[in-house]
Amino acid sequence: MAVTDARRHPNSDDRPPSIVWYNDPKWRSLVFQGLTLALVLAIVWSVIHNTAVNLERRHIAQGFSFLSTTAGFDINQTPIDYPKDATYGRAILVGVANTAIVAVIGIFFATIIGFVVGIGRLSHNAVFSSICTAYVETLRNIPVLLQIFFWYFAVLGVMPSPRASLQPIPGWVFLNNRGIYLPEFRFGGFAGSGIAIGLAVGVVLAWGIARWAKQRQLATGQQFPSGKVALALIFGLPAIAFAASGFDLTLIAPKKSTFNLTGGIEVIPSLIALTLALATYTASFIAEVVRAGILAVSHGQTEAARSLGLTHGHTLRLVVIPQAMRVIVPPLTNQYLNLTKNSSLAVAIGYPDLVSTGGIVLNQSGQSIEVIAIWMAIYLGTSVLTALIMNGYNRRMAIVER
Amino acid sequence: MSSTDIPPTKTIFVRKEMIGASAAPISTRGFFGWVRTRLFGSLFDAILTVIGLSIAGSIIWSVVDFAIVRAVWTGANGEVCRAEGSGACWPYVTAYWQQFLYGRYPAEERWRAIAVFFAFFGLLVPLAMPKVPFKFANTLAFLVGLPIFAYVMLCGGWFGLVPVETMRWGGLLVTMVVAVTGIVTSLPIGILFALGRRSQMPIVRMLSVVFIEFWRGVPMITVLFMAANMLPLFMPDGVDVDKLLRALIGVSIFTAAYLAETIRGGLQAIPKGQYEGAMALGLGYWKMMGLIVMPQALKMVIPGIVNSFISLFKDTTLVLIVSIFDLLGMIQSSRSDPEWAAPSTSTTGYLVAAAIFWIFCFGMSRYSQWMERRLATGHKR
Repeated sequence: MAVTDARRHPNSDDRPPSIVWYNDPKWRSLVFQGLTLALVLAIVWSVIHNTAVNLERRHIAQGFSFLSTTAGFDINQTPIDYPKDATYGRAILVGVANTAIVAVIGIFFATIIGFVVGIGRLSHNAVFSSICTAYVETLRNIPVLLQIFFWYFAVLGVMPSPRASLQPIPGWVFLNNRGIYLPEFRFGGFAGSGIAIGLAVGVVLAWGIARWAKQRQLATGQQFPSGKVALALIFGLPAIAFAASGFDLTLIAPKKSTFNLTGGIEVIPSLIALTLALATYTASFIAEVVRAGILAVSHGQTEAARSLGLTHGHTLRLVVIPQAMRVIVPPLTNQYLNLTKNSSLAVAIGYPDLVSTGGIVLNQSGQSIEVIAIWMAIYLGTSVLTALIMNGYNRRMAIVER
Repeated sequence: MSSTDIPPTKTIFVRKEMIGASAAPISTRGFFGWVRTRLFGSLFDAILTVIGLSIAGSIIWSVVDFAIVRAVWTGANGEVCRAEGSGACWPYVTAYWQQFLYGRYPAEERWRAIAVFFAFFGLLVPLAMPKVPFKFANTLAFLVGLPIFAYVMLCGGWFGLVPVETMRWGGLLVTMVVAVTGIVTSLPIGILFALGRRSQMPIVRMLSVVFIEFWRGVPMITVLFMAANMLPLFMPDGVDVDKLLRALIGVSIFTAAYLAETIRGGLQAIPKGQYEGAMALGLGYWKMMGLIVMPQALKMVIPGIVNSFISLFKDTTLVLIVSIFDLLGMIQSSRSDPEWAAPSTSTTGYLVAAAIFWIFCFGMSRYSQWMERRLATGHKR
């Protein structure tokens, strides 16, 4: 006590010594924040003011009313209806759908390749692991735009004309400089809807059975082969529905006409090049994420699982994968977002995605601010939504501590 | 328990002689041991090895076959490359090589670009080697002197140098200009926003979060479109921003947002005791950050920073979409030249570009791994 008393200023009554206001951290912080805010507001105001003046001088109208103007251009891949007199808004919507197509197909293949290569780099087999390492080190060090160009111009661009199409499966699959032509599966009668309903019922039943089996195992210790039953349900029910319809399926092969191929499903070259390049490029990053995730599970975990008597399969499924996934999933989502954002490179090879169609609208209408705002809002919305979902996932997956 | 308690057992068989030594276990060491365990450990392994070797062999062979065996080495125009089954068209690369490097930079002024290249590598190499002294002067020359030197030399207009407008710049020169400007300007901006996001002041923190998350959430293409189309609208009347400068601004802001997140990771990893220790010593905010926290945080995130620079270097190719002709842009515009048009021209051009980009990016990633190992010694006990 004596020490503290001696330190205290004789005149102070338990208050800290007073500071001049400009040395007080509280005041300093307020002043600094006020200045920052004023500076930012000044910049924003001058930008808005300049833009308004510039637009006035160039006679460009502001606002989003241009979206209902008729768009005078064609789009070479229209997953949603795009009539001749469609509006600019409709064109941008088609672009959004096309972006979604690339993102979904690209993510699907990137995940498969990425997991195979990532696990392969840890393989005991020297040849396989070196091939996987070479894959990762080559692809991730070459710009993705270059890879897109390579597939589009150097590989697909020098394909033969439709007349001399390559036929990987003669009569059914055609490959030429206008893309890939695949046979179309057309289900007759109630086969199509039957298979869909069968699949839906199978998935729901399989989920229910898995839940019931887990609860029963927790309560009584009895196991139930829920995996095999689920597979049987998911594949069996649609198969039964298909059989009941009398195998009502017609395959429509593409047919050669004078200049082109008709019928079947046509996949345009820019879509092939874009998904191929994005999937293989992103896969090289996913492979590294997967490898890091698996390496993050300590060896003691596998050893403990084996000494508890779990089989090799059980060790993987119940101990290693759940812990690895906790490390893998957040950066994996980042890679999915990167792929989606990189799909905007479509504009370089003319694939009609959101940025391509928006770019045409921008050039035709001159509404650069509005179009760029639409782009940013859509991509930003996707990112923020994914981030929110991921935060929820991370909370659920976080290690529960005492 | 004494020995008499043991009941007498009837001995049936006692071996009288030693068992012969069993064969040594199959070696897992040496070359043959390696082949046995790592290549042909099991039937599945053996199949994998054979399939893998054949795939790798066919890929390597097809590249060698295209680039060397079937390649066309000399020729005055594309005629020689148009022959059936000919591989890489090297005369096309020879003819266009200067343009791949400098774009349409005037031929008699190219020594200026070469001087800048030499100055860049001459300052970078000693900077990258930890043993070379004068690090501070070197860094200062690289971050301040080099940009001024490069600007004067490349743009011209001073000291009797002929002005060269940026429209004529191209090739690897533009790739390097965009990448280096992006790196040099984005690092300080990134550090500022990382500090802002960790700040105690709510308004500063909020503005930083909005800035970082906005630029990270949108693709670089849209940022470049925005820089190209909207920047002129933002400027007051009479102020004209050069096209290359617009792209540079877009690239710098975009990279700064990513760097800010990387650096924030490092800041979060610094234990609280370091801050408290610095404050207890009486250091103010900027001294605390500059002398205690930042050196440790930056050292910790060097791999992340280099990764950002690698992506920036690869992303420089995107400027070709706003019609600035970088290395890939020059290849794109030259491969359709009717004089050199041949089925193999595009592939040859892309092969050259891929090799150049790969060397830069792979070199950077290897350097960062080496640096990481070097710096990691501080944490070993």
